[in-house]
Amino acid sequence: MATLTVREALSQALWEEMESNPKIILLGEEIGVWGGTYAVTRGFHEHFGAERVRDTPISESAIVGAAIGAAMTGLRPVAELMTINFAFSAFDMIVNQAAKLHYMFNGQVNLPLIIRTPSGGGRQLGATHSQTPDAIFAHFPGLRVVAPATPRDSKGMLKQALRQNDPVLFIENATLYQQRGDVPDGDLTVPLDKSVLAREGKDVTLVTYSKMYYATMKAAEALAAEGIQAEVIDLRCLRPLDMQPVVESVKKTNRAVVVEEGWMSYGVGAEVSARLHSECFDYLDAPVKRVAQSEVPLPYNKRLEQMALPDQEKIVRAAKEVLYV
Amino acid sequence: MVAIRRLEEKSAELYQQGKIGGFLHLYIGQEAVAVGMAAAITKRDHVITAYRDHGVAYSVGMSAKVIFAEMMGKASGCSGGKGGSMHLVDPKLNFWGGHAIVGSHLPLAAGIATSLQYQKLDGVVVCMFGDGATNIGYFHEALNLSKVWKLPVVWLCENNNYGMGTAVDRASAVHSMCQKAEGYGMANACVDGMDLEAVFAGVTNAAAQARSGAGPFFLEVQTYRFRGHSMGDPERYRSSEEIKKWQDGDPITALRKIIVSKRMGLEADLDALDREVEVEIAAAVQFAEESPEPADEALWQHVYSQSPNGRA
Repeated sequence: MATLTVREALSQALWEEMESNPKIILLGEEIGVWGGTYAVTRGFHEHFGAERVRDTPISESAIVGAAIGAAMTGLRPVAELMTINFAFSAFDMIVNQAAKLHYMFNGQVNLPLIIRTPSGGGRQLGATHSQTPDAIFAHFPGLRVVAPATPRDSKGMLKQALRQNDPVLFIENATLYQQRGDVPDGDLTVPLDKSVLAREGKDVTLVTYSKMYYATMKAAEALAAEGIQAEVIDLRCLRPLDMQPVVESVKKTNRAVVVEEGWMSYGVGAEVSARLHSECFDYLDAPVKRVAQSEVPLPYNKRLEQMALPDQEKIVRAAKEVLYV
Repeated sequence: MVAIRRLEEKSAELYQQGKIGGFLHLYIGQEAVAVGMAAAITKRDHVITAYRDHGVAYSVGMSAKVIFAEMMGKASGCSGGKGGSMHLVDPKLNFWGGHAIVGSHLPLAAGIATSLQYQKLDGVVVCMFGDGATNIGYFHEALNLSKVWKLPVVWLCENNNYGMGTAVDRASAVHSMCQKAEGYGMANACVDGMDLEAVFAGVTNAAAQARSGAGPFFLEVQTYRFRGHSMGDPERYRSSEEIKKWQDGDPITALRKIIVSKRMGLEADLDALDREVEVEIAAAVQFAEESPEPADEALWQHVYSQSPNGRA
């Protein structure tokens, strides 16, 4: 067992898989000579060379499109988009090409490609650079959308993504790259379609993923100090969405709060909540509550931005509301 | 070329009968482009095109049977009836589709070429698109990337003078497509797309340059579609005189004249070929009509691949 940052975990996953599979190439802005804007690929250009670690122009459509073309013809490209906000510039490529071609061509082409990109706000980058639009991408069948929170899952899920044949939107979070955690030694893979029980409890189920995992775990600790045992489920994967651990948990606790960093309307919480109401309505003792970002474009001002983002306190309050305490 | 002409005429008929659904974009008038292109490349080369794809698909080796079956949504179609007219494909022939979002396949072509370059394969990618696609961002991102990375691509612009109903001079700041390639410092040429030999020579040269490692080549081919953009085109944007003028330069008639002028007595052979084509197309339609619908299970197949842990 080693203690790694998310950055180191991702870097190791890429490095190990590239060492063993020459079909993996990387492409993106500043991933080579610069070493990656978040330094995930530092040292890769020197070690694997410019043919495998390809610096691109600022052309998000061409980056994702080239990854699709390369994947169609036998490579395993990993495209890096500097932020998920730039994924809108490649939106058609992601949702209308990558998500469609395997089905539309009746399985005759595989698209083993990964799009790595950081999501999330909280860094005073203003409205255009601070979004958490994860749920939008999870709307499209044909695409796999994952968003690990821990270094262990970051490494294991990236390695798994590099060994399967579907297009994966691999959502990272810019504020988590320095996050530390235990990562088992050796070859580690984590499934791309399994939610996980992160903390056991009996009173209320808190469902979350990515950065909000940490605020939710802290909220669970705070609740424990008040005698409330919260169970935490880390979704890890948004499409396909694994509801089984969530449903099992809610059948036990009879109450649920869904926590996400993005906007509430049409979001992850909306989906999880709707499924809970249809899959275990009779077990619910309170309506499912959602904690999410205020429905405003995020402001630059630090205090205002933090006001809009979900945090530990809001999660604790929501948990108490569904417990009617 | 004759086979494509007949295939397209039959497609129009089947569309009017409601046997082909969706949109239908005919290649009539542009046949020399696809046929000349396919004759100029080798089996190790790759082709990708836009939604006006029936003629290209046939030229690269797809059978009329499979094409009709796909257009009629049948299980025996190239994609089991799940792609339709605009998305014909056959990876076994290195034919990567049929793409219906204008310009979307240009970045894909750059990716296929990256794959060839990285794997040190000898092939080139021929990426076909219309004049309309040169106005969308994909075109510029893909051309620029291909030049920066010296990718083995032939950018084959079929300039048929109209993006749907909007003439080139109403939609594009420059009227020569080659001028856009100049903007990326890319080797380029322009040939007559109504002349099979000119297209053949143009693509042969373009592919040779792309194959040499010199980077991409931009080939503008001037052509014309005799029919509307799609079957629902009222054609208010062009005159019947203009259509007539281009039809006088029909690539099939022109080629026939050249062949007959070169050797006497060939007329009968050409007539026999025409009759063979009629039989081939009729048989293909019959095959498609008699083919079964896809099974209900097909709806759920191939959303994701079935080999979750397999290494490529």
